[in-house]
Amino acid sequence: MAKHHVTATINGNGVEFLCETHQTLLEVLRDELGLTGTKEGCGTGDCGACSVTVDGRLVCSCLVLGVETEGKSIQTIEGMGVGKDLHPLQRKFLEHAALQCGICTPGILIAARSLLERNPNPTEEEVRYGLAGNLCRCTGYHKIVDAVLDAAREMRRA
Amino acid sequence: MSEMRYEAPKTLAAAVALLSGAKGQASVLAGGTDLLIQMRAGRVEPELLVDIKGIPEMTSIVAENGGFRFGAAVTCMELIEHEAFAKAWPGVTDGVKLIGSIQVKGRATVGGNLCNASPAADSVPALITAGAAVSIVGPNGRREARVEDIATEPGKISLAKGEIVVSFLLPRRPPHSGDAYLRFTPRTEMDIAVVGAGVNLTLDEKGVCSQARVSLGAVAERALLVSEAAAALIGTKVDAAALKRLAAAASAACRPIDDKRGTKEYRIKVAGVMARRAAEIALARSVSSFAPTHSLRKTARTQDSI
Repeated sequence: MAKHHVTATINGNGVEFLCETHQTLLEVLRDELGLTGTKEGCGTGDCGACSVTVDGRLVCSCLVLGVETEGKSIQTIEGMGVGKDLHPLQRKFLEHAALQCGICTPGILIAARSLLERNPNPTEEEVRYGLAGNLCRCTGYHKIVDAVLDAAREMRRA
Repeated sequence: MSEMRYEAPKTLAAAVALLSGAKGQASVLAGGTDLLIQMRAGRVEPELLVDIKGIPEMTSIVAENGGFRFGAAVTCMELIEHEAFAKAWPGVTDGVKLIGSIQVKGRATVGGNLCNASPAADSVPALITAGAAVSIVGPNGRREARVEDIATEPGKISLAKGEIVVSFLLPRRPPHSGDAYLRFTPRTEMDIAVVGAGVNLTLDEKGVCSQARVSLGAVAERALLVSEAAAALIGTKVDAAALKRLAAAASAACRPIDDKRGTKEYRIKVAGVMARRAAEIALARSVSSFAPTHSLRKTARTQDSI
């Protein structure tokens, strides 16, 4: 059967790709488009490592089919910094050492940015609930929460 | 898998024609948060996926007859963020909020939560207590059903081939009404209900409960409408004695299984406790619609027994 021809926008750039019906957006990003910043953790929507936004909505890219993204606007970790200018969340993750192995980090950064877009001044509890769909097996979360709160403070001053 | 077709019809008629004309298994694709996992695990191997998110009636939230109609493919996040809906139906919103992570709720739908037919589905007991009507379209036209009549057992629904759950209609609320849904889980987030309990009640001008509906999840092969538990509240001021009778009736209605989340005995006990706590929240929400000085604010609260 012929592959689907899909036209979408990824990080502001128009892209076209071919995919099979069963291929997830995660597989399309990584295997067809070479955007390997988005990670696969569980593949079942439990860990949040593959978080991206589709038309501004935070989703697990392992639970979206590539063919469903026709005409959609997708944001991935590759679009978060501009050249060497890191997003404040990315800088604060480095400053606070909010990562160890790094597999969960792209998904957490995308989820944290989505959280701060909706709530620029979250409490610690709101950050913890807001990131409840993102699992990290290294850090114990404290440094991640500290980094998000610190980034939020800086972004409110900007 | 390579044979699988994908279609995204723009009308209900086209969707029904695709589903009823499929030779092999055809699956409705809404949020995909259950279906994609089942496909990946090899538990389902559809020949055809019918993506219904391009059908306007299935993705809109509209006022209707003083109530709300929302499409079965409206995402949980869209429903949660709809302020007028959340204000009118806080208990339904409680249930929807408990479905998975923000990421999952960005895709998952109430129609999918119902049609996946898990006895532990968090939105279902709340919709049952709300008296929600389900609009179904199929090869023989449109029909209406009650939420409690859709799931029959784990993974099984009462729809015929080619039928689609299109939308839910939640009725106009009488004054002094409140609803609540609570579930018990070991963790606060990202967990599956050991027991879920929904209560929807209406008080008259004297603070006497005139209407009530009670539903339990995860204590039987499907979510249950427990009329005996509702009867314990109707005609009372939802006082301690009434709440005790409610809890006993809720426990008596359970026919749970033992599994890794809890034993039968535990679920039966906890179902009564959760039903009582949900009733207390529903009561507080219905009382809050009286004038602030109203004496009903001094409603008795019971002590937890667990």
